[in-house]
Amino acid sequence: MNYSPALRAAGHAAQLPTSGQAQAGGREAAVRAEQAGAAVGNAVVFEGIGKTYPSFSGAVQALSDISLEIPAGSIFGIIGRSGAGKSSLLRTINRLERPTVGKVIVEGVDIDTLDARGLVRLRRRIGMIFQHFNLLSAKTVWENVALPLKVAGVPAAEVKRRVAELLALVGLQDKRSVYPARLSGGQKQRVGIARALVHRPQILLCDEATSALDPETTQSILQLLRDINRRLGITVILITHEMSVIREIADRVLVLEQGRIAELGEVWRVFGSPRHEATRALLAPLQHGLPDDLQHRLRARPPEPADGHWRIVQFSYNGEHRLEPDFARIARALQAEVRLVHGGVDRIQGHVHGRLLLAVPGGAALPDLAALAQGPRALAHRIEVIGYVDSL
Amino acid sequence: MSIPFERYWQALLDTISMVAVSGGVAFAAGVPLAVLLIVTAPGGFLESPRLNRAVGSVVNGFRATPFIVLLVALIPLTRLVAGTTIGVWAAIVPLSISATPFFARIVEVSLREVDPGLVEAAQAMGCRKWDIVRHVLLPEALPGIIGGFTITLVALIGSSAMAGAVGAGGLGDLAIRYGYQRFDTEVMVFVIAILIALVSIVQFSGDRYVRWLKNR
Repeated sequence: MNYSPALRAAGHAAQLPTSGQAQAGGREAAVRAEQAGAAVGNAVVFEGIGKTYPSFSGAVQALSDISLEIPAGSIFGIIGRSGAGKSSLLRTINRLERPTVGKVIVEGVDIDTLDARGLVRLRRRIGMIFQHFNLLSAKTVWENVALPLKVAGVPAAEVKRRVAELLALVGLQDKRSVYPARLSGGQKQRVGIARALVHRPQILLCDEATSALDPETTQSILQLLRDINRRLGITVILITHEMSVIREIADRVLVLEQGRIAELGEVWRVFGSPRHEATRALLAPLQHGLPDDLQHRLRARPPEPADGHWRIVQFSYNGEHRLEPDFARIARALQAEVRLVHGGVDRIQGHVHGRLLLAVPGGAALPDLAALAQGPRALAHRIEVIGYVDSL
Repeated sequence: MSIPFERYWQALLDTISMVAVSGGVAFAAGVPLAVLLIVTAPGGFLESPRLNRAVGSVVNGFRATPFIVLLVALIPLTRLVAGTTIGVWAAIVPLSISATPFFARIVEVSLREVDPGLVEAAQAMGCRKWDIVRHVLLPEALPGIIGGFTITLVALIGSSAMAGAVGAGGLGDLAIRYGYQRFDTEVMVFVIAILIALVSIVQFSGDRYVRWLKNR
C-alpha cells in the first residue's frame, strides 16, 4: 500500500488538519486503510507468548501465556503498572526482545523464521518511538530523520523528498538543521515520530511516548498519533501507565498484570466495568471519588430521628446500551428534592461512563432503586444508597 | 642566554613531531581497538569472550609496562620499523605503542557510556551492526573520544621527555642535558615554561572542541 498522496497533501498544509485538500486526502487514505485492513486482518498476533529472564534469585517470569490479536489499522493500548511486562511484550513485535516461548506473527509472518536480513527488513516496516525520544545528539533533525533511509541505501534524492514530507507531517520544517538539544520535549517526540515513519511502516510502536511530556504537549502528540492512524491507516500499538492516554485515543486495550492478561477489550467496556483489581487501581485517578469532607461524615446507618439528614445515592454508568444520565427522569422517579453532590461522566467512544452522587432528603420515601436500574428504561446501570450524612 | 635560541626551536619541533606522529598513530589504532573491545565484550554484538580477553590482556600488558622499560624492550621492533634506534623516528615507535592502549581504554569507556536506548532505537529503525558503530556509537561518543585524545596528547608530551634516552632530542632531552646534568637552571626554567605553554595550548584546544561538540 502506498500512502504518499496523503503525505504530500499534508506537506502543503503547514499544520495537520488545516486545509481541505489535506483532509480530503486523509479520508481517502483512511478508506484505503480500512480496505487494506480488511484484507490483511491482523497486524500482530501473539500466540502463547512467555518470557523468562534469568536473575540472581532464580528465573523471573516477565510474561506468561499472552495470546491475542491486534487488528490492522487500529489503535491498541497496553497498560499496566511498572514491571507488568508492557515493554517486554511491545519489544517482541520487532524482536528487540525474543520471547522464551510462543509465536509472534506480524502481518502474517512468524517472525521467528526470519534471518538477520529478514529481521532488518521487518524492522523497517515497524516504526518505534520512545519515552526519552532516543534521538542522536550528534545529528541534526534532518539527519536523524534521514538515517533510517540512509542505512537502507535509499538514493539521496528520494531521501531528501521523504524527509521533507515527514518533517512537514509533524510540523517541523523550520527545525531541519537544528540539533535535538535545542528542541522542546514535544518537538523531540515529533522528530521521533518522523524518524519512525520515514520507512512508511504499517505498524507504529509507542513506548511510553508521552510519559515524559507535560499534559498540553501530551495532547498534541496524541492528536498527531490519532491523525497518523486515521489518515495513513497505520496500526498504532502503544504502552502507557496513564489511563487517560488510553481513554484519549485507543480502540482496544490490554491490561497487563504481572505478565498476564488481566483484561482485554474495547476501551469503553474495560473502563465501564473493570473486572480486575489492577484495572480498578489504574482507573482510580480518573474517577470522581467521594470528596474528603463528605467521606468523613458519611455514616453507614441513618441517624435518629429520620428527618433532617440526607441520603447519598450513587448512580453508576458503565457505557452499556449508550445509557446517559437524564436528570428530569431521575427527579421524577425519586419524587423528592434531589441535589447533585459530586460526580461526573466521561464519554469514551460515544459511551458514557462515570458516576453521580445525589443527595435525597432522609424523610422522603424512596422507590425500589434496584428496579430503576433495570430494563430498557433504566436510569443508570447501578443505583444504590452509599450512606447518610447529617447535613450537606 | 647560555644556549642559542635555535636549540630551543629545534627541541620544540622535535617534541611536536614526536607527539603529533605518535598521537596520530594512537588515534588511528586506538579507536578500532576500542571498537573491537566493545563489540566482543559480553552482550556486544560480536560477542567473543576469548578474543575480548586476549585483546584486553595485550592492552593491559602494554599499559602496565613503564614507558622507560618499553623504550628499551622495543628496540628490536623499533629497528625493524624505523630502520634506526636513535632519533625522533626511533622514539615515535615506542611512544605510539605506549599511547595506543592508553587511548583505546579511554575510547572504550566513552563508547560504553553511549545511551543503550540509542542503540535500541537504531536497531528498531533497521540499522545493521556496523551501521550502529558508524552512525550511533562513534558520533555519540565523539566528545568523550576527543577529551580522551587531549589527555593522551598531554601524556605523550610527558613521555616524549624520556625519549631523550634514545637520542631523540626534544624539550625533555634539552632540560635533562643542560638543566639537570650541567646545572643550567636558566635552560631548565625556560624549557619548563615552553612545556607548560604547550600542554596548556593542547588542553585548551581540546576543551574548546569538546565544548563546541556538546553545545551544538
